[in-house]
Amino acid sequence: MKILGIITVIITGFLLLQAERDFPDWGDAASPASDNRLSQHYITETINETRVSNMVTAVLADYRGYDTMFETVVIFTAGIAIIGILRVYGPSTKLEHPEPTLDTEKPDLIIETTCRLLIPIIQLFALYVIAHGHYSPGGGFQGGVIFGAAFILLALARDLQTAQKWVPENRVLNLAAIGIFIYAGHGVLSLIFGENFLDYSILTKVLPGDAIDARYHSMLGVEIGVAFTVTAIMFSIYSNLASNGKMEEGI
Amino acid sequence: MIWIFDLIILVFLVITAIISLQVKDLLSAAMILGVYSFLMCLLWSGMGAVDVAFTEAAVGAGVSAVFLISTVLRTSRRSSD
Repeated sequence: MKILGIITVIITGFLLLQAERDFPDWGDAASPASDNRLSQHYITETINETRVSNMVTAVLADYRGYDTMFETVVIFTAGIAIIGILRVYGPSTKLEHPEPTLDTEKPDLIIETTCRLLIPIIQLFALYVIAHGHYSPGGGFQGGVIFGAAFILLALARDLQTAQKWVPENRVLNLAAIGIFIYAGHGVLSLIFGENFLDYSILTKVLPGDAIDARYHSMLGVEIGVAFTVTAIMFSIYSNLASNGKMEEGI
Repeated sequence: MIWIFDLIILVFLVITAIISLQVKDLLSAAMILGVYSFLMCLLWSGMGAVDVAFTEAAVGAGVSAVFLISTVLRTSRRSSD
């Protein structure tokens, strides 16, 4: 069986390397990906149509906003599935696996101080990544993951209960749903004003500035929505995995 | 000059991928997979895909390594059934 596996891997690798020859060179301006009319429109018109200098954010949150909305829904669904599989309700039973031997009685001075200094900076950086996604790499997904990682660090350094104070278990799904609500709300609002779903330019009726500014600000709005969902789901996945679904003690 | 960095990263990428498959200890496998993600992140940023590199660093090297490690600590190798 192992020989069969190796043969399959070698043949597949050979075929992939053969197919790789037909690929355009890296950074080739004539490659099909950057040569068609749509890509040219994104490259030349993004800054005029949205005033967003990071093209990736504009494509993700505005031109392909429908895609990103359902990506957020995918994360939400994944979070629900993980909670549904792992979460165990009812009276606490004794763990069948030996507890990882970490002294949680007295918090270590070094870990305590490091977390006290680091976590605010991580959270501030996450907010910066979310808000600055228009100009630099980043956006709702990355910022949300970093924000969730700050809570995970708190749960790792102290214990799960301390982190649960900030992101209580019964609020996690509400928080995640609020994120999708913010995102879909932008779409529905533009639908109410008589434009297409997620066509932010009509939101100039409720947002300050002209139509371009409305697209710019709405992109920030939907990024914040994505960040809500991703933060909540990341922390809930961690807390379910680390506590065997009992939400009592982490690792 | 830059192709030397690319070569080093690619060689280490293959090495870490093979090690993380071959190593018996699951905790080390999870750690080495984090290293793999970080090398991948370097490769993305070298190619100018900074957004992808950022996501890879945050999700691949950061959070998913923590998820894998916490899963390894909470499971046992053999089924108890």
